[in-house]
Amino acid sequence: MTESTYRIQGATGEWEVVIGLEVHAQVTSNAKLFSGAATAFGAEPNTQVSLVDAAMPGMLPVPNMECIRQAVRTGMAIDAQINKWSRFDRKNYFYADLPQGYQISQLYHPIVGEGQIEIVLDEKNPEASTKVIGVERIHVEQDAGKLMHDQHPTRSYVDLNRSGVALMEIVSKPDMRSPAEAGAYLSKLRTILRYVGSCDGNMDQGSMRADVNVSVRRPGEEFGTRTETKNVNSVRFVMAVVEHEASRQVDVLEAGGKIVQETRLYDPDRNETRSMRSKEDAHDYRYFPDPDLLPLELDDAFLEACRQSLPELPDAKLRRYAQDLGLSAYNAATLTADADTARWFEALLAEGARIQKKSEGEVAKASANWLLSELYGALNRLGKSLEDSPVSPEEGAELLALIADGTISGTIAKQVFEIMLETGDKPGKIVEEKGLKQTSDTGAIEAAVADVLAKNGDKVEQYRGGKEALFGFFVGQTMKAMQGKANPQVVNELVKKALAG
Amino acid sequence: MTDLTDLTVAEIRDGFRAGDFSAREVAEGFNANVAAAKALNAFIVETPEKALEAADAADKAKASGETLGQLAGVPIGMKDLFCTQGVQTTAASHMLEGFVPTYESTVSGKLWAAGAGMLGKLNLDQFAMGSSNETSYFGDVISPWRRNDGGNASLAPGGSSGGSSSAISARLCPAATGTDTGGSIRQPAAFTGISGIKPTYGRCSRWGVVAFASSLDQAGPMARTVRDNAILLEVMSGFDPKDSTSLDLAVPQWEANLSSDLKGKKVGIPKEYRPDGLNAEISAMWDRGIEWLKDAGAEVVEVSLPHTKYALPTYYIIAPAEASSNLARYDGVRYGQRDLPDGAGLQDMYAATRALGFGPEVKRRIMVGTYVLSAGFYDAYYTQAQKVRALIARDFEQAFEKCDLMLTPTAPSASFALGEKQADPLAMYLNDVFTVPASLAGLPAMAVPGGLDSAGLPIGLQIIGKALDEQTVLNAALAIEERAGFSARPDKWW
Repeated sequence: MTESTYRIQGATGEWEVVIGLEVHAQVTSNAKLFSGAATAFGAEPNTQVSLVDAAMPGMLPVPNMECIRQAVRTGMAIDAQINKWSRFDRKNYFYADLPQGYQISQLYHPIVGEGQIEIVLDEKNPEASTKVIGVERIHVEQDAGKLMHDQHPTRSYVDLNRSGVALMEIVSKPDMRSPAEAGAYLSKLRTILRYVGSCDGNMDQGSMRADVNVSVRRPGEEFGTRTETKNVNSVRFVMAVVEHEASRQVDVLEAGGKIVQETRLYDPDRNETRSMRSKEDAHDYRYFPDPDLLPLELDDAFLEACRQSLPELPDAKLRRYAQDLGLSAYNAATLTADADTARWFEALLAEGARIQKKSEGEVAKASANWLLSELYGALNRLGKSLEDSPVSPEEGAELLALIADGTISGTIAKQVFEIMLETGDKPGKIVEEKGLKQTSDTGAIEAAVADVLAKNGDKVEQYRGGKEALFGFFVGQTMKAMQGKANPQVVNELVKKALAG
Repeated sequence: MTDLTDLTVAEIRDGFRAGDFSAREVAEGFNANVAAAKALNAFIVETPEKALEAADAADKAKASGETLGQLAGVPIGMKDLFCTQGVQTTAASHMLEGFVPTYESTVSGKLWAAGAGMLGKLNLDQFAMGSSNETSYFGDVISPWRRNDGGNASLAPGGSSGGSSSAISARLCPAATGTDTGGSIRQPAAFTGISGIKPTYGRCSRWGVVAFASSLDQAGPMARTVRDNAILLEVMSGFDPKDSTSLDLAVPQWEANLSSDLKGKKVGIPKEYRPDGLNAEISAMWDRGIEWLKDAGAEVVEVSLPHTKYALPTYYIIAPAEASSNLARYDGVRYGQRDLPDGAGLQDMYAATRALGFGPEVKRRIMVGTYVLSAGFYDAYYTQAQKVRALIARDFEQAFEKCDLMLTPTAPSASFALGEKQADPLAMYLNDVFTVPASLAGLPAMAVPGGLDSAGLPIGLQIIGKALDEQTVLNAALAIEERAGFSARPDKWW
């Protein structure tokens, strides 16, 4: 565990920032939390609305157990207490996007209790930069609809497609102390949600958004008054909000002012937060248990099934990559930061081990390096993601096997890979058709070496006179003469022998 | 030939099957009675064509030898709290005037599927809030009963199912649906000399029934005989996956198991139900009821329900609290009334719409409910009321260790004149004093007529049973029905 040294230098001394995040994550499910209506993103307004979502008279909510299951699995993934008995409450307020006049949520008895998330601030130095952030609770609740103010000069329209969609509200403890920690927490939470499959984590589509609670204090003193900046929808923006809001608060306090506990909005264009116009009165939500719903009681079999369905989680996977596969801490972190990347890597690994008849540990390093440098480089260039990679894990593994068994050199492999990207052909076929197989024919290589030495008599003299750095030059010239197809190890040996001669 | 509208549900069902008359004849008879009874104001919408349509379907099914539904040939009235597809559903409010559901409530759907036909949508207290049917936006329902003092005072049919009780006792329909939140089936039944049962909470689906207080609302039948109630309740009950509070249990064969032999049954008489100043005629009727049950073979024991005196205040916290939230959806945004004054913003629209759409009693309860749930008062009122509710339920559990059913009065008085209690809401709320405890405990309870008081008005008795034991409730009510021989009916003046 590390202590943050992030401080804001005010005119009157140092300030420490205290951050807590409330993350709303849309539960991945085909249907809404209490109705059978669909949840597709981007559908035409009011086409994903059931009678329940529109709060027609006499309609009743029925919990969608898939949403409950996903919340429980998420809780298990952050080592949280799962409450076998939880209950739904109504949060009462009037707004045009809230058809029932109340949101069904869980105030008093959330489904998931305390848990924790481990963040790493410097992936190259994990031991020295790991911190555990507490999670207070996770509860499930309904999303509201959406108001559209730009459709008519004097009227607003209501789209109820999102009304009733299941959200998990994941509430952290006020354990973060810097923008970097807040960013790392949100990224890590997103990673976990995507591993578990309980939320797609698409922040730009609004499936994940954060309310950022920020306060400042003199180091070691009591918590200050906090503000809450609502609906921040990217990791970068969360970090910007913390930075901006903390320094704003310091300015206020140092000018002798007081921080007002209030809700603020972030304006990414101006990179500032501003106070939301306060509603007429402070809201009294009149929470009370929803009488349309029975308490939610989960049995052991359900919990066990949830546990069994969990995949290997990012922390465990990272440890395994570093310890069992021998990858560097950085590579292990990069490969496990995203569920899709890890899945791709493991497919590459499995196929590589299979065709090379080796253990996964034996092929891991070369596979990781190739994926992170060659493949990522190519994808970046092409503006593609791993999901739509033109090369499959199987093809990648075949290419790596050709290098490993000496059929082609690393240099030729780069050429082959380019051709794979262009044509979609399999590496073996490319090597065969283009005659790229490397040679270990010592006779041919010896001839080439002799030729190179003969043409560069002056350099031979210099080398023999002690300028050993020229060794690489002779190797390079030989490889060039062999059109890159010579086995580099054999070339090394023969060049050394000839120069010694 | 007998007047078909004098027949009970069982008689219509059996007579139709035996070919004594056609379903169409029955429907036409009741349609005519409905059309001639405007003075009672029992219906908000009349649907004679629906009754005929179902009757013709029943006649056709019978002619072609098809299997007949349990209620084939039986026309009924539908309380206007049940959403009916294609037929205006208002909850007797201006708020929902003109609202035509695109869906059918589970309970009404079951009745139509069993072959019943709809005579119309019955008037009620607005959003089922009231005990005299004086809070309907569509006007008071008048009881067909009058005092024998020669006066012509219009009397209350009880509430909130006052359209149902008035229509049944006036022979406008042989049976009807009711809903009961704190006594809204039982008290109107008692006021009009008919029977009605509120089953165990969760027996009948609440899906598609306009909500008043979710944890208390329960649908049930109202009819002139115990057997008719059993027949209807069997059709109305059953698990509904669309209602989370619906009981996933098989529906018993209540009608087939009716028996007025109560040998071996113990009848509990809760001593707290006989307060000082209990109306002497009500008290005398209760004593007569005890004798009837003894005569049927039951043993009578005294039991205690010590928290009874807290039941009414508890109910009038919990029910308004839930109502204040349940009625928030009537906001003028999606359906129903909308009042949008010039230049109004959203908040103004809410205020104007709700001021226009809700009647005074509904507003009163929304305000009470909002108050008891608000910060600073929640624990003192709502939390406390929930605790007392649990104690009341425990009272019943403990008492039922000593008895199989309980006998009590249904209402503290016979029907009163319209307007008589309007000025004092608390006096009105006292009407529910005997019915509310069973509602809070979710227990089955039934009203059955016992006789007439000195003013010539019906007074009834209430049977309360153990959870899920509707059979014992029905059987005890049958024993009373057989012994009371209640055959009085209101003289037709309308």
